[in-house]
Amino acid sequence: MSDIHMDPKVVSALRDVMEGGFEDLLDTFLSDSEERLDQLRSTHEAHDLSLVAHSFKGSSSNMGAIRLAHLCGLLEERAQKKPLAGIKELVVKIDDEYQMVRRLYRAERQRFNPSNFASG
Amino acid sequence: MNTSLTVLIAEDSSADRLLLSSIVQLQGHNVLLAANGAEAVALFARERPQLVLMDAVMPVMDGFEAARQIKALAGEVLVPIIFLTSLNQADALARSLEVGGDDVLSKPYNPMLLAAKITVMDRMRRLQETVLQQRDQIARHNDYLLNEQRVAKAVFDRVAHAGCLSAPNISYLQSPYALFNGDLLLAAYTPTGDTHLLLADFTGHGLPAAIGAMPLAEVFYSMTAKGYGLAEMLREMNAKLQGILPVDMFCCATVLCVSAQRRSVEVWNGGMPDGYLQARATGQRRALTSQHLPLGILRAEAFDHSTRVWPMLPGDQLFLLTDGVIDTSGPDEQLFGVERLQQVLDANRQPHMLIAEVEQALHDFQGHSRDDVSMVQITSQLPQPLDVPVMPYSDSDQCSPLDWSASFEFRGATLQRFNPLPYLLQLLMEVHGLRARGAVIHAVLSELYSNALEHGVLGLDSRLKRDARGFARYYQLRNERLAALRSGFVRVRVQVEPVPRGGRLLLQVDDSGEGFDVATVLSRPLDLNRLSGRGVSLVRQLCPAAQWSADGRSATVEFSWEALA
Repeated sequence: MSDIHMDPKVVSALRDVMEGGFEDLLDTFLSDSEERLDQLRSTHEAHDLSLVAHSFKGSSSNMGAIRLAHLCGLLEERAQKKPLAGIKELVVKIDDEYQMVRRLYRAERQRFNPSNFASG
Repeated sequence: MNTSLTVLIAEDSSADRLLLSSIVQLQGHNVLLAANGAEAVALFARERPQLVLMDAVMPVMDGFEAARQIKALAGEVLVPIIFLTSLNQADALARSLEVGGDDVLSKPYNPMLLAAKITVMDRMRRLQETVLQQRDQIARHNDYLLNEQRVAKAVFDRVAHAGCLSAPNISYLQSPYALFNGDLLLAAYTPTGDTHLLLADFTGHGLPAAIGAMPLAEVFYSMTAKGYGLAEMLREMNAKLQGILPVDMFCCATVLCVSAQRRSVEVWNGGMPDGYLQARATGQRRALTSQHLPLGILRAEAFDHSTRVWPMLPGDQLFLLTDGVIDTSGPDEQLFGVERLQQVLDANRQPHMLIAEVEQALHDFQGHSRDDVSMVQITSQLPQPLDVPVMPYSDSDQCSPLDWSASFEFRGATLQRFNPLPYLLQLLMEVHGLRARGAVIHAVLSELYSNALEHGVLGLDSRLKRDARGFARYYQLRNERLAALRSGFVRVRVQVEPVPRGGRLLLQVDDSGEGFDVATVLSRPLDLNRLSGRGVSLVRQLCPAAQWSADGRSATVEFSWEALA
C-alpha cells in the first residue's frame, strides 16, 4: 500500500499541470520538507510548532503525500492542546514517514527523467 | 470570455507557490509571487494586480492582516481575495471572509475548481467595475442637473424679485427650491399703487414644473405694469398656459389685487386651498375658496375670469398657502388638514408671527421640517405716495406730441369685456411731461372710469358699500348688471395742449347714467376711511382741480407740467 505515502493519481495530475516543471516541483517540495523537518525537530514553542506543521500539512496534501499530511495534521492539533504530550513521538513518526516519501518521490522523478537525475 | 488577469500569489511554502503559479499561468493569467504577507502588500501597492490568492498562515505578516491592508489600498475597486487554506475549520473560514476575503480554496488544490473560482471572481470584479462606472456617470449627470437647476434658479430669482415681494406689508415663506416643487410667488405694484399678488402651484416636480413659471411671470409683470386688471391678466395667463403646457399639466393659482385706496381686495382662486382674509376690527375670518378650475385647462371661450371683491381695511391680513401645508402627513399617515390649520389661525395673536407659527405646527405634527410648502401673508397698507419710478425713455423730447385731442366712446358690449385704461394710459405716456405723474394720472383715470361705469352706466349705489355685507352685494350686482348690459356708454375725452414753458392735459369722462347730486357729495369732508363714495374723495385728493358738471354725468380733471430745461 504505497498509495497512502504517494497518491499516484495526484502525482499524475501534477505532472500534467506542471508540464516541464514537474522535476523542479519535486525538488522544491523535498528541499522545503527537509527545512520544515529541521524546524520541527528544533522548535520547542508549541505555537510555532503548530504553524510549521500546518504549512507542512498543506504542501504534503498538495503533493499527494497523504499519510505525511495526516501526521502533520495530528501534530498541528496536538500542539494546540494542553497538556502538551506525545509531541516528540509524532515528530519521530513524521520524520520516518518523510524518509519513505522522499524515496518514493525521488524514484518517481528518476522514472521519467533519469538523465537529469544522474547529472543532478 | 476569458481574459488574462494579473494574479498575486502569496504563499510561504515554495512548493505550493510553484504549483499554484503553474496552475494559474496554465489558465492564461500572469502571476506575481510573494512569500509572506508583507511582501504581498508591497507587491500589491506597486503592481495593482486584479486578483489575489492568499495563504492564511504565513510568517512575517499573516494572510488576514495582508488582506485587510490590500482591501484598504484597493479602496472602492473590488480586488477579489481567495484564501488558500488547508484547514477546514469553520472559524478559520469565517475569519477569512471577515477580513475581506471573497472566497476560500482548500488544499490540496483542484485546478478546475480554482479556474472556476477565478472566473467567478473576475465576473464579480467586472460587475463592481460597471457599478462604479455607472455610479460615476449618475453622479456626473446629477451634478449636471443640479447645475442646470442652479442656473435656472439664479435666472428665476432675478425674475421673481423683480416685483415687490420685499415690500414691508408682504411676508412669505418659500423653500429656496420652491420653483422646482412647482411653487411660484409673485408680487408687483400696479401703476395706481395697488398690489397684485400671485401664488401658484404647478402640477409635477423638477424642471417640468418650473418651465411654466417663466411665461406666467412674464404675463404677470408686464400686464400689471401696464395697468391691466385681474380679469385681462387671468385670461392671458390661462390662454398662454393652455397653449404651452402638456395636457396633464396645469397650474393652480390664487391671484389678488389688494387696493389700499379702495379698501378692498379682489380675489380669483382656481384650485388652490382656501386662503384667509382676517379682519382686524371684527376678528372675523373669511375663507377665500376656489371657485374655478386651475389655469391652463379651459379654452379661452370656457374660461371664467370672474373675481370676488371683499372689503380689506388697513391692518386686515390676507394669508395664502400651497396644498403642501394641509397635505403634510403625520407619523400615522394622518393629514395635517384644514382644521389644524384653522386652530393655528385661531391661536395667532401677532399677525407677523403667523407664518412661523404654521411652520412650527407642521414641524411638530410631522416631526421634521418641510421644504416644499409656500405661504404668503399680505396686509393692506395705507396709500403710499404714488411715486412709481419714471421709466427712462431713450427718445428725446422732440417726438413728444404736445398739441392734440382725442375722444373715445365705449358702448354696451365693449364695456362688458374690454378694459381701455391700459391703452389710454400708454397713449398719455407718449407725452413726456406726463410721465413723472403717470401713477397719479392712472389712479385718477381709473377712478373716473369705474365711477362712470359702475355708478353711471350700471346705476350702482355706492352707499351699498358701507358695510362688509353690502360690499360683497355691490360687486355681485356689478357682475350681474354688467353681464346684462345692452346699452349705455362711457366717453373719455383727452386734450393735450402746449402752454408757455410746459403743457396741460384735460381729461373729461362722461357717462350715460342718471348722474348724482354733485353739491351734496362735494359738501362732504374728504374722508378716505369710508368704504362708500370713495371714488370722488380719492379723485379730489389726488387732483384738487377736479370738477363735476351739475348733473353729475361729466367729470373733468386737469394736469399741467413745466418743461424740463
